[in-house]
Amino acid sequence: MLLFSRQGKLRLQKWYTAQPDKLKKKITRELVTTILARKPKMCSFLEWKDMKIVYKRYASLYFCCAIEHDDNELLTLEIIHRYVELLDKYFGSVCELDIIFNFEKAYFMLDELLLGGEVQETSKKNVLKAIAAQDLLQEETDDTKSLLEELGLTG
Amino acid sequence: MPAVKGDGMRGLAVFISDIRNCKSREAEIKRINKELANIRSKFKGDKTLDGYQKKKYVCKLLFIFLLGHDIDFGHMEAVNLLSSNKYTEKQIGYLFISVLVSASSDLMKLVVQSIKNDIVSRNPVHVCLALQCIANIGSRDMAEAFNRDIPKLLVSGDTIDSVKQSAALCLLRLLRTAPDLIQLGEWASRVIHLLNDQHMGVVTAAASLIEALVKRSPEEYKGCVSLAVSRLSRIVTSSYTDLQDYTYYFVPAPWLSVKLLRLLQNYPPPEDPAVRTRLTECLETILNKAQEPPKSKKVQHSNAKNAVLFEAINLIIHMDSDPNLLVRACNQLGQFLSHRETNLRYLALESMCLLATSEFSHEAVKKHQETVINALKTERDVSVRQRAVDLLYAMCDRTNAEDIVAEMLTYLETADYSIREEMVLKVAILAEKYAVDYTWYVDTILNLIRLAGDYVSEEVWYRVIQIVINRDDVQGYAAKTVFEALQAPACHENMVKVGGYILGEFGNLIAGDHRSSPIVQFQLLHSKYHLCIPSTRGLLLSTYVKFINLFPEIKAQIQEILRNDNNIRNPDVEIQQRAIEYLQLTSVTSTDVLATVLEEMPPFPERESSILAKLKKKKPGAAEDPDAAGGKSSPPTVASKPMPEISVNASYQPQGASGGSADLLGLSSSAPPAAAPASNDTGCLVDVFDMLGTGASPTSNGLTAAADENYKSATTPDLEAGPDKIHEFVCRNNGVIFENDLLQIGIKSEYKQNLGRVGMFYGNKTSVPFSNFTAEVSLPGELSSQLMAQAKPVDSQVEAGAQKQQLVNIECVTDFTVPPVLVINFLYNGAQQHMTVKMPVMVNKFLEPAEMDAATFFQRWKNLSAPAQECQKIFKAKPPMDGEQTKSKLLCFGLSILEDVDPNPENFVSAGVLHTRNQQIGVLLRLEPNSQAQMYRLTIRASKDAISTTLCELLESQF
Repeated sequence: MLLFSRQGKLRLQKWYTAQPDKLKKKITRELVTTILARKPKMCSFLEWKDMKIVYKRYASLYFCCAIEHDDNELLTLEIIHRYVELLDKYFGSVCELDIIFNFEKAYFMLDELLLGGEVQETSKKNVLKAIAAQDLLQEETDDTKSLLEELGLTG
Repeated sequence: MPAVKGDGMRGLAVFISDIRNCKSREAEIKRINKELANIRSKFKGDKTLDGYQKKKYVCKLLFIFLLGHDIDFGHMEAVNLLSSNKYTEKQIGYLFISVLVSASSDLMKLVVQSIKNDIVSRNPVHVCLALQCIANIGSRDMAEAFNRDIPKLLVSGDTIDSVKQSAALCLLRLLRTAPDLIQLGEWASRVIHLLNDQHMGVVTAAASLIEALVKRSPEEYKGCVSLAVSRLSRIVTSSYTDLQDYTYYFVPAPWLSVKLLRLLQNYPPPEDPAVRTRLTECLETILNKAQEPPKSKKVQHSNAKNAVLFEAINLIIHMDSDPNLLVRACNQLGQFLSHRETNLRYLALESMCLLATSEFSHEAVKKHQETVINALKTERDVSVRQRAVDLLYAMCDRTNAEDIVAEMLTYLETADYSIREEMVLKVAILAEKYAVDYTWYVDTILNLIRLAGDYVSEEVWYRVIQIVINRDDVQGYAAKTVFEALQAPACHENMVKVGGYILGEFGNLIAGDHRSSPIVQFQLLHSKYHLCIPSTRGLLLSTYVKFINLFPEIKAQIQEILRNDNNIRNPDVEIQQRAIEYLQLTSVTSTDVLATVLEEMPPFPERESSILAKLKKKKPGAAEDPDAAGGKSSPPTVASKPMPEISVNASYQPQGASGGSADLLGLSSSAPPAAAPASNDTGCLVDVFDMLGTGASPTSNGLTAAADENYKSATTPDLEAGPDKIHEFVCRNNGVIFENDLLQIGIKSEYKQNLGRVGMFYGNKTSVPFSNFTAEVSLPGELSSQLMAQAKPVDSQVEAGAQKQQLVNIECVTDFTVPPVLVINFLYNGAQQHMTVKMPVMVNKFLEPAEMDAATFFQRWKNLSAPAQECQKIFKAKPPMDGEQTKSKLLCFGLSILEDVDPNPENFVSAGVLHTRNQQIGVLLRLEPNSQAQMYRLTIRASKDAISTTLCELLESQF
């Protein structure tokens, strides 16, 4: 799964099959250019090598998934939508900047929704509950630290 | 800077905004290097870092990596974080590991140890983290380490739901990585029963795992069928409020429904009648729901609903047993064919392809033929048009073949480059498969060559020859038709090949007509000879020698051609050898021997069509034999069909060698074919060739042996292409761009607006195969943003004497000045060879001519008067000045010739549009020759700065 901006900048990448880094970069570059070249009214699905690409644009961000031939395209589109909904709910009307500055959160949230490339939990409530629980754990431990940092005591 | 949620790693946020504020790529790299140095010193410093600091630095490294930079340290610190008790530190540690550490890393042992500790933790969030890490990396080591623990977690009654979900998918990942290591044994049935779990999330996760298990051993997991059906039934009959948060835009549990429907596609229709009835009811309900008015106008609602519907249709097609359901499915898809959502039209076309293969619905699909043909014409998205082509191919049978083939041929003229080759194959197969009247077949294939000659692969034109040879009722017609086709002033090389072959075999059938008398046939063919590549010339030489046998009256003329220095001393050994041998053969042997040698080709043995094989290779899975459809739907016609399932004769098998295609008698010395069809009675022939072989003809082996010597010394000569060979290609699209003793590189290209399709041909001139052959297109410097080039991979092995083809798709993003570079590497006799060759792709290739009247021209000319928009050059004429040649150069350059614009008729005025992805640039030109001074003055104006200079320089090199 890839997330990239209209300018072709990669914002998030998640690979569910092992690939060497060099190949990852090559695939990413090819996909980004292919998708950016497509016009708005075109079909959200396209065949690419032996995979199918499902993509959708939300504001300035493109969300793109590579799926296998017999996977369900429409539902993949809705997984993307559900992910966007989750991000939106969590950040409160999400924008590209939220994802840049909180990239680790975006990853954690994706891990709750999809695991190993399969849907793990489709309930919005349950995913948000899990993420909220994580945040709670963080706040317990980080209070003192961030205070120190405010004072400029740590680099 | 937006608010940072959750924990505030302030240092990280500051760093990210620094990066974002960088104005240039250089500044960004500088900032990153500074940060890397800082982190490195912190990690190396003797002051021990606390967990928070480690977490922060690891997180920064991760960010830098995600920006696309390489990270070569910090892995150890990340692994240390895994053993932290603090959740957030652990979490960042795991994230870093899943993104950055490869399964083969030495650190994996440590990672596995940490996971082991976490997986037995009493804190479920730690267990989940560990499981997610396994699911993300899923190495073999992990499968070995955890193949007992995870299944236990999955089925244990104490495990909480979220852990169960992760465990299911984690196990799925390991199953995919190392199927041999995952055995559930006695737990199998408990895993199946997860389909009954109360928690929908658990069922959803488990369904994926179960499908993978089912694929591996269907018998063992057969019990899941009835469970899946009853679960599905409960979902589809529930109202959307029942499932609470698992309802997605008024659709109850779409993901789970789809997974269950897919799971069922692994089994035949259920045997138990009760289960079967229940499943049929489910599918009917889903079809009924599709007819209900939507509960929401949101696209999410319709997507989710239709996702379930399409999956249900897939299952209906898979079961292929209930005509009622199949026809209903087909009608439903028919509605989607004219839906306003492009996505739905695409999917409907795709699913209908499958329906067309079912005997129950094939006829129902055919009702939509008009709509599909319309889609081919009007869809704006090439991927949708591609689906329409596939569907037409699938729905084709004897009754509609003529219509469909005609429509496909019409479409071929304007079809996208990317799908032309496949379309050609499909048309060729359909024409052959459903031909009742073989004259129709011959017409179709010749049309194919006329319309899309470049895309007609060897298999296709071999095939038409095989069929003509095997069917004597069509031979006369074929000879007459190719003869007529060859009369066109410009005909494709493939047409010459087919024409040459067929006339050589059956020219006598039309020789009675004085309009196609032997000498006329010969002269017609020979008028194409000098335009052809060597392999085709070789084929034509064989045709000529057959003519001597068929028409002794023109023997003298033909021998004269063979004797011509252009042939008998041709630098191409194949042509030279043929010329010499044929000349000798026709001079030395008696007519009887000649008649035996040049006897008509025997019929080809029957085999699977090589075209079909090629299509299958090109699109595995997508290229069902249309017979699968036609066969089921109309068994009687197919069974009685006298189809010549013939295939390539040995010498016709594509040999990879460029010369192979023309090798009709098996005389080629470089690649001896398995059988020489016509030489089965060659007692005295051997003598003829022995006599020749001793000195008269230098064999290719002899030539290359010398070349071999040069390179055996394991040196690695770095070969550069000649400096300005590239200028020869400003006005040409095809030809040889590079050649040395080892390798010949040819190019064949075509351009349409801002897109180009370039075929590169690599010919191995030696007698030794090249290995590790790679050819990559490099876009140096700025060019990488100006041009896009996608090169298909080329076979890594290039056999001796063989030629390999590589397709490069090029898109002009914006104007550019330097051409792309081809980087070629291969091993020759163990020595590494490296060469770089400029590709003749210049900006003028993306020019298209424009027509306008004088008034418009001058108006536009005036508008482009800024200094940067104009470039003028005055230069001396190199080749003699010739008005006609200048005209054709300008036309080939990509511009129009505008008549009656310039008051001086000696001058040339042209216009064109330069297509780039970003914009279209108008180009105007005026060229004033001064024949007394033998000078030209060239002025170009363009609507974008600097382009006029680039074009001026390119064009100047041509005069």
